[in-house]
Amino acid sequence: MSVSIPAPRSQRIDPKYKRGPKSRGSFEMLAWLFMRLSGVVLIILIFGHLFSNLMVGEGISGIGFGFVAGKWASPLWQFWDLAMLWLAMLHGTNGVRTIINDYAEKHATRAWLKGILYVATIFIIVLGSLVIFTFDPCVTGSTLPQC
Amino acid sequence: MSKTSSGTLYRGHEGMWSWVGHRVTGVVIFLYLLVHVLDTAMVRVDAGAYDAIISTYQTPWMALGETGLVAAILFHAFNGLRLILVDFWKQGTKYQRQMLWGVLILWVIVFAGFAIRHLSIAFGSH
Repeated sequence: MSVSIPAPRSQRIDPKYKRGPKSRGSFEMLAWLFMRLSGVVLIILIFGHLFSNLMVGEGISGIGFGFVAGKWASPLWQFWDLAMLWLAMLHGTNGVRTIINDYAEKHATRAWLKGILYVATIFIIVLGSLVIFTFDPCVTGSTLPQC
Repeated sequence: MSKTSSGTLYRGHEGMWSWVGHRVTGVVIFLYLLVHVLDTAMVRVDAGAYDAIISTYQTPWMALGETGLVAAILFHAFNGLRLILVDFWKQGTKYQRQMLWGVLILWVIVFAGFAIRHLSIAFGSH
């Protein structure tokens, strides 16, 4: 006895569902790769940051303006913090971008949320970079001996 | 796992929960990062104002928050390494579950070390 199986009624999952433009280049693949590469580097940068700021010496009790001035007197820590700022912000922004794409269904909502995200990201990266590059140990209120 | 479940809700196992944990910790870390750059930017404005802001980080309640933040960072870091192994190591998908237990064991050990040191400083006499 042969059993006839009815043909699937739906031709597509949802006729209303349309994919975006076919080719988005290799951007998403590069973003995926960036998350892995920056992730490994960030582990070194952030673990080093937490260790030197919170685990050695007086830990959090020793942090203050003088502590920051002492660290940024060294080009190594300037570079360390700059790299950490850029990589962490780009890594986090791409992560939040992925989350927005996942949960915001309306196109306008997605566009707005990502717009706000990118403005915040640029602002924080520019601000943080300026703070590192233009740091002045004798800024207003500084009580360091050399001032 | 319930074998009688007939719902359509996907109830994943270790893989899904590690994914949820990675997302939640990622968002928490990102939000803190935004605040942390802003508070550090005070070093460019006024040394005393920066010290005043940092002194709020040195209170016991904030120390508990910092400990929670580091817990999130450690999980995100170790699970991130597991993700990389799942993606790039040939046996990665096969051992993803075992690797999650490895992540959690490592997380407990490193977190315990951090918490003991950080909280004893924050709650200590200095």
